[in-house]
Parts: sequence; structure tokens; C-alpha cells
Amino acid sequence: MKADPKADPTAEPQYMIRFDKVGKRYGDHQVLRDLDFTVRPRERCTLIGPSGSGKTTILRLLMTLERVTSGTIEVDGELLSHMRRGDRLVPADEKHLRRVRRKVGMVFQQFNLFPNMNVLRNITEAPVRVLGRSREEAEQRAMELLEMVGLSGKADAHPGRLSGGQQQRVAIARALAMEPEILLLDEVTSALDPELVAGVQSLLRDIASEGNLTILCVTHEMNFARDISDRVLMFDHGQIVEEGPPEKIFSDPVEQRTRDFLQAVLQT
Amino acid sequence: MTWDWGRAGEIAPELFTTGLKVTAQATLGAAVLAFLLGLVLALALRAPTRWVRLPVRVLIELIRSTPLLAQLFILYYVLPSALGITMGALTTGIVGLGVHYACYTAEVYRAGIDNVPKGQWEAAVALNLPRLRVWTSVILPQAVRKVLPALGNNLIGIFKESPQLALITVVDVLGLARQLGSEDFRYLEPLTLAGLFFLVVAIPSSILVRRLERRLES
Ligand SMILES: Nc1ncnc2c1ncn2[C@@H]1O[C@H](COP(=O)(O)OP(=O)(O)O)[C@@H](O)[C@H]1O
Ligand SMILES: [Mg+2]
Repeated sequence: MKADPKADPTAEPQYMIRFDKVGKRYGDHQVLRDLDFTVRPRERCTLIGPSGSGKTTILRLLMTLERVTSGTIEVDGELLSHMRRGDRLVPADEKHLRRVRRKVGMVFQQFNLFPNMNVLRNITEAPVRVLGRSREEAEQRAMELLEMVGLSGKADAHPGRLSGGQQQRVAIARALAMEPEILLLDEVTSALDPELVAGVQSLLRDIASEGNLTILCVTHEMNFARDISDRVLMFDHGQIVEEGPPEKIFSDPVEQRTRDFLQAVLQT
Repeated sequence: MTWDWGRAGEIAPELFTTGLKVTAQATLGAAVLAFLLGLVLALALRAPTRWVRLPVRVLIELIRSTPLLAQLFILYYVLPSALGITMGALTTGIVGLGVHYACYTAEVYRAGIDNVPKGQWEAAVALNLPRLRVWTSVILPQAVRKVLPALGNNLIGIFKESPQLALITVVDVLGLARQLGSEDFRYLEPLTLAGLFFLVVAIPSSILVRRLERRLES
């Protein structure tokens, strides 16, 4: 069933993300076990589920911040976690990771902007150093992105001078500047003061509705999840309990665990 | 013994030209060496293989747990005959003082590097920055900024310990003061001037470092 990009270079792989029997263990704590799931190109998926159920781990595996302990991950028809050596699969080396990782971008809960660079430099550093853009080109693109996130006036500011909401907007612009195919969002509004959440969410709604990115989003904001996703996956103990379109999951969940979780979240 | 202004005025020019030049050369030379070599050692302490980490750790512990005087002695009097390397006294002093302080400075850098939040590394990976670039653009600028006051303290330390180079015949401000005193056994003026000189440099420097510390904290 795997699409072979060499057979027809214009054919789109069937899956943008594919987890095949993925296991992840920290010490003797098995966080994910034999996890299978796929995401189609340009699909927008939200992962929900109780804290500790492994949602962040899934995103970190995709961003190559962690390594699988078993199984394989594919991105855009290419192995991410492993590479082929002869007819064997071996763990991916740094060179392989760097090539496949290009397709993935991530926005973190804590923004993680570089405090030693101003806003513009935060956005242009990787396009210049990784994509080989000229500085002018990168800066022009960065200014467009800053305009999009509503921060044109802050190009020269240092991250420390910005509010949490502004920092997260810059982090979003920084991720988009690398032109990823897949955007990973890990509870990106959880660290924000309540009055700043709506602005960042509406920015992400706009980005999601453009429809040219595959998005994998972890959030506890169910209204936001409903707005931006084609599919919601409910996780518990590293397993998919239930999945479906947001209308279905939020209004008429089948599994008791989903109902309990939604009730608990909606009460807070 | 009473203070003689005339004599003080007589020796001051020589003390603060010839002597000062040697002190400045020793201090700055050793500091440059310490700050560069210290960084190399700090990075070596994080090398992926322990065949690099272990020898570096041993070297650092060895140098930090023996007196500078002993190291200078070995460098100047033992190594040349053992290995056939000869360096001038001042060069030997700069190397000895610089390597000695490099081992302290390595720990300073290490603390600074460890202090950079994990999220910074992760953001750098997420942006696919090459390894070397992660160090030069993200980690080191933040780490060095955090430890600037500690580097300043090491610089002051090097300055204050530079008179120890007298053991290997380097004549700095203090050494010259002793020589001038020994000519007619009138030590009061030269030694007082030399002492004052160290005070006048060290105290404002310490205040500056303290200020820098406070500014970086806020
Ligand atoms: N670096 C780590 N070392 C040990 N355990 C970890 C580590 N990261 C995550 N875990 C554990 O893995 C489990 C899943 O964590 P996580 O993926 O962050 O869950 P979620 O994002 O759904 O809250 C948790 O029990 C957590 O304690
Ligand atoms: Mg999480």
C-alpha cells in the first residue's frame, strides 16, 4: 500500500504521516505500544486525551526530538525514524534526519524563541542557514509573515519585550518561514494569559483554513479543536480510544472514556 | 622609616612603564588563552565519546588541585630539559597562568551551557539548524552572556595571581618594586606603590563585575 515516490514523482503519497506499530518507552515506562495511525496530506488532526496519555510524545517523535523504541514512522512517503541500508532498516543517522525533518515544523507550548536574537533574526536564521536563502529574501518573507501574524512593528524587538501572545505569534511565523508540509502544535495556548488565547487561536484558524498544511494539534480547548480539525483522535494510555470528525466526537462519542474525558475538560 | 615623596616620584615612572607593561602582557595573554582554551575544554567535556571526556576531565582536575607555582616551576625548569622545549620566561608564564585558569574557565562555560534551557535545543532541532550553527548562533551566545560576570572574576583572578610569575624570573610591577627596594633596602615606597596599583585596578573591576551581574539578572 505504500506509495513509491520514485514510480511517479507527481503522485502524492497516500499518507503524509504514517505510524506503523510504533512503541516508545522511557526506562521501563511504556508510553506508546504498537501505535498505528495515518494522516492524509493536508488533513488537520487534533489529538485529545488526558494528561500523560502520550500526545506530546507523538509530536516529539515526529519532530525527531525523541526516537522510537520499536516500529517505524514515515513522513510524506519517506522513512523518518529509520533508513534503509541494503535491505535492512537501521535507525536514521543525523544526515537522514536532517533531510526528512525539513518537512516538519513545530510550535511549542513555551514558545522557545531565541532570546539572543531579535524577532526578525529569529525568523530568518533558519531560512538563511538551512534553506540557503539570501538575507534580503529571508527578511522580505519574514516581514510578510510578521504582517500576517499582526506584528509588523516588532521586527526589531527582542523576544523578552513581547507578551506571551506576541511571542507565540513570532514562533508561529518562525515555523512557517521554513515552509514545512506538516505543522505540529503542542498546546500552543496553554502558557498564555487567558485574554491572549483568542488572538493566537484565531491566527491558527486562519492558517488552518488556508488548507495547504498538514496539521497535528494537541489542545485542551475543545472549541478550537472543533474549528480547526477534520478529525479528532482521542488518546488514552498511548492508544487511540476513538476517532472521527469533530461533530461526531464532541456531540456523540461512543466510548465511555471519551465521554468522561470531555465532561472533565468541559467542566474546567 | 618614613614615607619619602621624592623617592616615590622617582621610581613611579619606571614602575608604571616597564613593570606595568609586563603585568598587562601577562594578564591579557593568559586571559585570552584561558578564555579560548577553556571553551575548547568545556566542549571536550561534552564530547560524544568518553575517550575524549575522560582524559580532559583528569587533566582539569589535576591542574585545579595543584598549586600554580608548582605548575610554573615544572613548565620553566623541568619541561625544557625533559622535552627540549624552551620558551621565554614571559611566554612560559602566560602559558602556565593561561592553562591554569583555562581549567577554571572550562567549568564556568560548562555551567553556562548547562543553564541554557532544553527548549532552546529543541527549537533549534525543529528549525533543522546544523549542529555547529546551533552552538554558534543559539547556545554559546546565551551561555557566554550568562557567565560574563564569572569570566570577569577570572580575569581579575589572573591579574592578581600574575605576580607569581616572579618564580620564573618574570619581572612585573611587583617584581620590579622588589628589585627597586633591594637596591638600597628602602622597600616602603616601591612596595606601597605596587600594592596600591593592584588595589586601584582590582577594586573598580570587581565593582564593574558586580554591576554587570546585576544588569544581567534583571
Ligand atoms: N523524557 C521523559 N522521561 C521519562 N518519562 C517521560 C518523558 N517524557 C514523557 N514521559 C512520560 O510519558 C508519558 C506521556 O507523556 P506525554 O507524551 O507528555 O503525555 P501528554 O502530552 O499526553 O500529556 C507521561 O507519563 C510522562 O511522564
Ligand atoms: Mg503534552
